[in-house]
Amino acid sequence: MNWISNYVRPTINSIFSRREVPENLWTKCDECGTMLFHRELADNLNVCPSCSHHMHITPRARFKAMFDGGVFAEVTVPEPLPDPLQFRDQKKYTDRIKDARRTTSEKEAMLVVEGEMGRTPVVAAAQDFSFMAGSMGMYVGNAIIAAAERAVELGRPLILFSAAGGARMQEGILSLMQMPRTTVAVEMLKEAGLPYIVVLTHPTTGGVTASYAMLGDIQIAEPGALICFAGPRVIEQTIREKLPEGFQRAEYLLDHGMLDRVTPRGQLTDELVRILRMLMGLPPAVAGDLPAPETAKAPPVPDAPAAEAATDSAPPKSTPAPKAK
Amino acid sequence: MKNYLEFEKPLAEIEGKAEELRAMARTNTGMDIEKEAAALDKKAGDLLKSLYGNLSAWQKCQVARHPDRPHCKSYIETLFTEYTPLAGDRNFADDHSVMGGLARLGDQAVMVIGHEKGNDTKSRIERNFGMARPEGYRKAIRLMELADRFGVPVVTIVDTPGAYPGKGAEERGQSEAIARATEKCLALKVPLVTVIIGEGGSGGAVAFATANRVLMLEHSIYSVISPEGCASILWKNAEKMREAAEALRLTAQNLKELGVCDTIVKEPLGGAHRDAPAAIDAVGKAIRKALADLAGTDGLDLRNNRRKKYLGIGSKGLAA
Ligand SMILES: [Zn+2]
Repeated sequence: MNWISNYVRPTINSIFSRREVPENLWTKCDECGTMLFHRELADNLNVCPSCSHHMHITPRARFKAMFDGGVFAEVTVPEPLPDPLQFRDQKKYTDRIKDARRTTSEKEAMLVVEGEMGRTPVVAAAQDFSFMAGSMGMYVGNAIIAAAERAVELGRPLILFSAAGGARMQEGILSLMQMPRTTVAVEMLKEAGLPYIVVLTHPTTGGVTASYAMLGDIQIAEPGALICFAGPRVIEQTIREKLPEGFQRAEYLLDHGMLDRVTPRGQLTDELVRILRMLMGLPPAVAGDLPAPETAKAPPVPDAPAAEAATDSAPPKSTPAPKAK
Repeated sequence: MKNYLEFEKPLAEIEGKAEELRAMARTNTGMDIEKEAAALDKKAGDLLKSLYGNLSAWQKCQVARHPDRPHCKSYIETLFTEYTPLAGDRNFADDHSVMGGLARLGDQAVMVIGHEKGNDTKSRIERNFGMARPEGYRKAIRLMELADRFGVPVVTIVDTPGAYPGKGAEERGQSEAIARATEKCLALKVPLVTVIIGEGGSGGAVAFATANRVLMLEHSIYSVISPEGCASILWKNAEKMREAAEALRLTAQNLKELGVCDTIVKEPLGGAHRDAPAAIDAVGKAIRKALADLAGTDGLDLRNNRRKKYLGIGSKGLAA
């Protein structure tokens, strides 16, 4: 198949994520209180095995699990001006950035990569909530534009995982300007006839929701994700009444017609592959964990049940195989 | 009764004294106060000049939100003829915080769309204080589409604290509505000129203001978040709004430097609320000029130039 031979050899940068070993070996689920061993939690894509609560997952960990063989290549994002407003609140913005870089070992709040999932070439971008609450500033805007341009260049779909407290206030109006800028990026994809799928993860709020995160051809959310423009506390203060249970959560939005689907993290990859292959005019996907693209010489096993990872570099299988197709 | 802002108190005192003198003279004939009153007038004039020549960012926020400042309705009624309001989003409701319809600016037919805040308790409630709900953005989208189809330029008038943080607004997808309105602004093949006349509040403003030309009144503001909101998040203290206003760089002057605002429209001395007709007239001239500049540009170029302009924003910061 052409799309395999045309594939650019990715650099293997995902095998050992810099943040892989957490400081604490045990994590308490903030939903059900169960103490979870970090390995077990990571193998389950940071979804609590006892109550299915979806915790944050870093873009690297997500991509490692999502791409065939855990292999992906980073797409370069043009650097914006470092501190265009010379912003300072109780702390200097430049210091906040430094702190975030130190604690996350990431450059900024969005990671853009390319790779294959289920032998389907894609470009993907994910927002990193652990980096200044994933806030949308010029870097995130540049990242989305770079992702769209790369997708257009390669003729691939773009999958975007959103997670943000909103716009990055420390960039003032320039953070707000990422709403139109990222919308231009979405337009590029649409004009090129390429699918743009948004996966909304917890939480996606403010200017992010009111721009690229709501403009997907298909809108999927992870269970329980808070998705809103104005946050629940602001609304409660405004209308002076208690909001209903589950308000602004993924399931609530689904009920109100604002989403296509709510899909558990462990089933997302298969679902994305399935949808994308239909939209891209490709034959049905093969099931199961696939090795990295460059080792894929033998024909893929047709419709095998989700097998346990055969090699060390294969992504951990998250949950038991999806119940239904 | 004039409404004075907190920083205008010294001015209020002087103007009050002059007023008192004149009132006394009216009841006590033969009392000569004119010289003294004229001196007070001059003092007030000088003070007004120095106050408004040197407004802090927070003071500009107060001026931008001044209750007597002319609002969208006044601009539409004064500047345009044949204004024909067009209502509704064809889906749920007509949002009264957003005015819109066909009108003429001189001979030129335009689609004018804007946020209206209201001028008294009754109209403020009816207009929801200029905070649009999803239906407002969807009405705007519909009107922009209509204008686009018939080659009618679009003029938007921005004056909003932001989107409405309400239950129904969220349930009916205000994020999506704002995103689609921004998308529509970017897709238009007709000229889109925006004028920010007071408050350009966050996403609610972007949804209307993603334009070929963004004009701002001299004392208007445009910001990602209100200074109060920013203060309560970053300073953990809403009282720090002065600091936040300063840090956010939300004045027309800062935004011009950043390339977000294209043209600053000068206000009459003491702000638009001291001489509404003059402010409205200045805005009218600036809109006409912007439309004239864009006239004759091919539709696709209008769209591409608009996109390029936004992609390019952020390439220059403020001078240190
Ligand atoms: Zn749990």
